[in-house]
Amino acid sequence: MATLELRDVRKSYGNNAVVHGVSMNIDKGEFVVIVGPSGCGKSTLLRMVAGLEEISAGEIAIDGRVVNNLEPKDRDIAMVFQNYALYPHMNVYENMAYGLKIRGMSKREIDERVRDAGKILELGTLLDRKPRQLSGGQRQRVAMGRAIVRHPKVFLFDEPLSNLDAKLRVQMRFELQNLHRRLGVTSLYVTHDQVEAMTLGQRILVMNAGRAEQIGKPSEIYANPATTFVAAFIGSPPMNLLRGAVDADGASLSVDGAKVMLPTPVPGFAGRSVQFGVRPEQLRLSGSAFDMEVVMVESLGADHLVHGRIGQQTVIVRAGPDANPSIGSRIGVAFDAGAVHWFDATSGMRL
Amino acid sequence: MVERRPALTLLAHVILALGVIVIGFPVYVTLIASTQTSQQIVQQVPMSMAPGGHMLETYRVALFGGTTSYGSKVAPVASMMWVSLVTALTIAIGKIAISLLSAFAFVYFRFPLRSVCFWMVFVTLMLPVEVRIGPTYEVVANLGMLNTYAGLSVPLIASATATFLFRQFFLTVPDELVEAARIDGAGPMRFFIDVLVPLSKTSIAALFVIQFIYGWNQYLWPLLVTTDESMYPVVMGIKRMFAGGDAANEWNVIMATAILAMLPPAAVVLLMQKWFVKGLVETEK
Amino acid sequence: MAIEKRVRFRSPWLPWALIAPQMAVIVVFFFWPAAQMIYQSVLQQDAFGTSIEFVGLENFKRLIADETYLDSFKTTAIFSILVAVFGLGIALLLAVMADRVVRGAAIYKTLLIWPYAVAPAVAGVLWLFMFAPSVGIVSYALNSIGIPWNHLLNARHAMTLIVLAAVWKQISYNFLFFLAGLQSIPRSLIEAAAIDGATPWRRFWTIVFPLLSPTTFFLLVINIVYAFFDTFAIVDAATNGGPGKETAILVYKLYYDGFKALDMGGSAAQSAVLMVIVITLTVLQFRYVEKKVQY
Repeated sequence: MATLELRDVRKSYGNNAVVHGVSMNIDKGEFVVIVGPSGCGKSTLLRMVAGLEEISAGEIAIDGRVVNNLEPKDRDIAMVFQNYALYPHMNVYENMAYGLKIRGMSKREIDERVRDAGKILELGTLLDRKPRQLSGGQRQRVAMGRAIVRHPKVFLFDEPLSNLDAKLRVQMRFELQNLHRRLGVTSLYVTHDQVEAMTLGQRILVMNAGRAEQIGKPSEIYANPATTFVAAFIGSPPMNLLRGAVDADGASLSVDGAKVMLPTPVPGFAGRSVQFGVRPEQLRLSGSAFDMEVVMVESLGADHLVHGRIGQQTVIVRAGPDANPSIGSRIGVAFDAGAVHWFDATSGMRL
Repeated sequence: MVERRPALTLLAHVILALGVIVIGFPVYVTLIASTQTSQQIVQQVPMSMAPGGHMLETYRVALFGGTTSYGSKVAPVASMMWVSLVTALTIAIGKIAISLLSAFAFVYFRFPLRSVCFWMVFVTLMLPVEVRIGPTYEVVANLGMLNTYAGLSVPLIASATATFLFRQFFLTVPDELVEAARIDGAGPMRFFIDVLVPLSKTSIAALFVIQFIYGWNQYLWPLLVTTDESMYPVVMGIKRMFAGGDAANEWNVIMATAILAMLPPAAVVLLMQKWFVKGLVETEK
Repeated sequence: MAIEKRVRFRSPWLPWALIAPQMAVIVVFFFWPAAQMIYQSVLQQDAFGTSIEFVGLENFKRLIADETYLDSFKTTAIFSILVAVFGLGIALLLAVMADRVVRGAAIYKTLLIWPYAVAPAVAGVLWLFMFAPSVGIVSYALNSIGIPWNHLLNARHAMTLIVLAAVWKQISYNFLFFLAGLQSIPRSLIEAAAIDGATPWRRFWTIVFPLLSPTTFFLLVINIVYAFFDTFAIVDAATNGGPGKETAILVYKLYYDGFKALDMGGSAAQSAVLMVIVITLTVLQFRYVEKKVQY
């Protein structure tokens, strides 16, 4: 269990910069999730922590010790890969024991650690099977077992659940949480799935195009997104973002000519071009804040997602199971209690 | 075969059976001849197609030397078989070993002159030993390697088929295995021995068959570099059993030697057939 | 050939150590002799090596003017065409039949591929035995139907003998590749053709055979290289290049001139010519394979 510090970490391939100055301090035993779309640089960042990629600039320190020039094996880390990376010709026991064997641990201690991990991950009966005889979920657990037995300072996870089917993913998320609760090892977890980020992370680092957009607790990020990117990325269905101009009196917003009555006047933004954010669950399907034309209704069973058009832009409202507006009808929408979010029209930064 | 056409299937079986018979016929004749005495072969023309009763003694004479029914001495084939075996094994094992190492270097490392070295290795594919016999012979002679096992085998390890096969295979090994091994603490050689080589077992087996047969069946090269009868491999030695012309030859012994010369490679092919077929088709792609 | 791996190990000295054995062997036993060969081909030495003259392309000019060399070229050309045509044709027939039968396919396969293990030299001996003018089974049969067989005297008979031996040995190799090629053709194509109304004969020629062309081309090159080089042993065992020089294929002549007649310069020049031929064939093959259409 150790602290992990990223100090202005950068990565470039030639003239092509893929990670621009990410800094973060991770506490002992903290579970941090790096989340972002494909190509945002999150895996690259993780691999720099692992030592699988060279660091172009900046420092990475584990337990206060700068590890930039250390080989992966000397950093006291363990990694769980997206494709499991199990040695196909070794059985489960040998896969988990390999790293320990190389470090010259005694047979007795190896056995103890492997069987311990086996028990925690419920792999006890599978110890002499080969990877090809295991299901995807079992292989993933073996990959985790291989990481656990090392008792490392930091766990690194590279999209470990991406190759599993939806149901299995939910189950594994739960097991991961349990595992962390039990072992309490500092963990860095990369994913593109914002649900995993929200449920697993004690803090989240949202990345986009190589930059850290926001770092914070899931609740903070959800409630106060720092940029439109974060606002739209976290939360499902995503936050509604309307482009428009605040009217001169600060009491309403012009969206493509249509008028939206604001729940609280914002005289400070009068006349300004903005992006206006409100989450689908903060809107109600009866009211007079603005009108929209219903374009589609998605039924999720417990809720309905009503897609509507205002001006040229779309709005999604999360309504209860009884709502059933017809397509093409115009309905009034009101703001429920809760914050609305203001972002600069061009930069997307929070105002 | 899409429709049910029993006539066509029957025809197929007939043709295949014919093929098997035609392919097998020469060997059958040889086998029969090796079970008879020289007199029987020469005097009874055409030679009878049924097995004669002299198999044991013919093979004994062939293997261990001795006098035949003609009264002539025959050099023991057993020692030639031994030379062939050592040579073939040396070639097969030697080639596989150095090729594993160099394919590993070419695939998993970046070093200056890598492409140059790679092309040098590639070029060796293009010239079989027969094309460079003269000068290669001189080199071997100058190194004092005539009439040695080294002279018989080392020059034949020079071609690159094995390196290519292994390189091709290594390129299909997932990158994550290397990364996982690095994190587990394995250095390059450790990874090579613990992970890469075990995964290459099939390719190694296929190459072993191909190279063993290649080494066992060598003719021209041993012809040049050995003058000492005790260093003749059996495939080469068999030609020397002819006295020229065809009448005064100890045909039965020669045929027995031929059968003996065919046994080890055929055994290797049959026992390792599965890997061999797979490897052969993969090598040349 | 330019496929790269993303992962690398880092070490300044290890890769050199790993390739050292192979590089050492190929430099000493391949590049050095090859360089020597090219060098020698522009020299003229006497048998004892005491006088060495640089003669430029004299050796090559001599070769081109030498009738026996040109004859040898012709012999080799005829030999390789015969071996290729029969070797490929028969193997293709067998492979197509083997692809059709469901039961017993494995047995046929086993029984047809083991000749791969037979040494060319041994193959030469076997066929020599069957065709030996006085004691051979087949020569007896031929004699009894009115064909006086004697490959020691008749050039045509000698050529037939070595072609037979060479083809016999090569069929299994070709068969394996053809079979693999046939089995890699997607069933759906053949079924589509059947539904379109094509008979097996037509299907074969219009669909299967064209799709097999990469394999065929590949085997063609391999068979020609085989006929040029690997058959030395067959010729030496069965006919000694005879009668006279009628079956002296190029590689045999090269050997004879270099080691029996001790004409080092001429032999080196012949090697150089053969080298050019092989390189051309190999390069052709690689180019074609790279351009191959993927199905």
